Amino acid sequence: MTARDQILRDIRKALKTPAGQPAPLPPPRLTIPQSDPDQLSDLFAQKFEALGGKCLRVPNPSSVPPAIADLLVQKSAIASNSPFLRKCGVTGLPQVHSGFTDREQLKDACAASDIGITSADYALAATGSFVMLSSPSEARLVSLLPPAHIAIFPRSRLLANLDQLFTALPRPADQTSSMVLITGPSRTADIEQILVRGVHGPGEIYAVIVDEE
Amino acid sequence: MKAPDSAIHQAIDDPRLQLAIYTATGRLIDHRAAVVSREALPDYQALRDQANAIKRHTIENLDRYLEQLESNVTAHGGHVVYCRTGAEAADFVLDLAKKRGVHMLVKSKSMTSEEIDFNERLEAHHLEAVETDLGEYILQLAHQRPYHIVAPALHLTRYDVAEVFTKELGVPNEVVIEKQTKTARGVLRRKFLEAGIGVSGANFLIADSGAVVIVENEGNARLSTSAPKIHIAIAGIEKVIPRAKDLAVFLNLLGRSATGQPLTVYTSFLSGPRRETEIDGPDEFYLLLLDNGRSKLLADPEKRQSLYCIRCGACLNHCPVYRKIGGHNYPWVYSGPIGAIITPQFHGVSSDTWLPFASSLCGACAEVCPVKIEIPKILLKLREEVTEVKRREGSGGLERFAFQLFAWIATHPRLYLSLAGLGSLFFPLVPKIGPLKKWASQRSLPEPAKQSFHEWFAQRRRS
Repeated sequence: MTARDQILRDIRKALKTPAGQPAPLPPPRLTIPQSDPDQLSDLFAQKFEALGGKCLRVPNPSSVPPAIADLLVQKSAIASNSPFLRKCGVTGLPQVHSGFTDREQLKDACAASDIGITSADYALAATGSFVMLSSPSEARLVSLLPPAHIAIFPRSRLLANLDQLFTALPRPADQTSSMVLITGPSRTADIEQILVRGVHGPGEIYAVIVDEE
Repeated sequence: MKAPDSAIHQAIDDPRLQLAIYTATGRLIDHRAAVVSREALPDYQALRDQANAIKRHTIENLDRYLEQLESNVTAHGGHVVYCRTGAEAADFVLDLAKKRGVHMLVKSKSMTSEEIDFNERLEAHHLEAVETDLGEYILQLAHQRPYHIVAPALHLTRYDVAEVFTKELGVPNEVVIEKQTKTARGVLRRKFLEAGIGVSGANFLIADSGAVVIVENEGNARLSTSAPKIHIAIAGIEKVIPRAKDLAVFLNLLGRSATGQPLTVYTSFLSGPRRETEIDGPDEFYLLLLDNGRSKLLADPEKRQSLYCIRCGACLNHCPVYRKIGGHNYPWVYSGPIGAIITPQFHGVSSDTWLPFASSLCGACAEVCPVKIEIPKILLKLREEVTEVKRREGSGGLERFAFQLFAWIATHPRLYLSLAGLGSLFFPLVPKIGPLKKWASQRSLPEPAKQSFHEWFAQRRRS
């Protein structure tokens, strides 16, 4: 008998003794508060900064490059292939490398860069999180290997909370092999419960919310 | 096995260790309290009820959800490997590494892998497994096992870490925590980029998505599952939940209960290898589903709730016993109240008979458990089983004799009354007599009443 068949058989045998009435699967519990885009932006900024991030808000795509210019001084950056970054003119900036489609080249470039620039598929106001879906536009390592991460996204991608995310995206695996929620800079408290930022992922993170697409 | 008395006393008598445990668990208690209060999270109790109901339903239909999970993992190009034992899991990884010519793998934190001595099994066959969670990495260098489910190196101070790093990495003695962290980042970064396989655990398995969910703060789990060409996730069969839509409930509870975070820094929802058009991510994805005794736990309708556990560690932090004796005095990798209920069920109640009794039954564990496992109730049930085993083995004779003697005295009123009178006379001597002295030194005993109930009753009748 294979391990699979034996384990499933053992489970069925062990479950023969019922615990009273069978427990039904309760309906999903999803609560989504009503809020307008301004409230969501405010809440996101508040939560994101409480985690140690820095949130910038700009009126339109063309105001993005000047807004992040200070962050890029004397730094090398890698940008994802997100169409929104191109629209904002970020991929054309002199310090920014972009357009990687080969995994090994991308990995080396990420490992050598000071800053990773991405968009975000969604952002969650209640927790100050980015939601990143792996795709041809967004590689996994851009938001992970460089010591700093900037995510630039239109305000329309803000959702209230986790519950709204799983309502909008009930089966993320149908679209991508990897959905990651990023909530604050990489951190640890493994030594004496003292907080240290930037362990394996970025220790510095920035959000740029663009009001008009 | 008897309780490891000398090791327990050593832990209790070590002021530095006591302070380390007390402050670390104290911080975790405070952080949790701040985010589950009625003001911070009005839905907290409703979320616990929902989590409990989902877990109960899933465990009662575990075979069905595992099959659904399996078919969805396969549909996304991944492979599911069922493992009866730790040896089967390790053998699979060794075999795959050999086939792919891999000599080193990186690992993110996984209690399930600790449970099966995964690293030791691989290293016996010269396959290097590098722990990448900072706490786990320190412990791997120090050759110790985790002290706590969530904060594995909770018992070590920065000075201990400095010694370990100097000895094992040959770096200058450095006691600044930020700099220690940077040292580990540098060493481990190279490992991530070189490793042929990344191994992770799993916090949740999502049946309707064929997905593995991993929560973490450092980014080492993301790196382990994204940088190498092969990702292997090892998970106990009880980790499955039905729907992606159920995940929010558990995420809302797990981070808060564990470290007081509304969400941990990274939550990865991973399903299969990278899709054709994705730029990075692993080419191969394996999910190892481990039984290792779990199916045995299902047989008892009451005790099977032990498998609801989401490993938040809150019961450890709040346990007066754990906070005194620490994590290394429990017989297995799972410590604290949850360890006290699952260890006897995995290993058999006769292996560590003292364990279910090492509790004051104060109930703090059940009160903070995010999935509402009735830990004290299960402890009582296990005590019953231990007593039964002892009776069958014919041990515990002295205790039985004492109770029989008491029963005989109590059913002979005259004898009882005269002995009770003597008893109250000699009672004040109890704290001064040999073996009782030690016992009474930690307790204040109530004064015996001036007049016994019998005397009072007789007097009342006369008047």
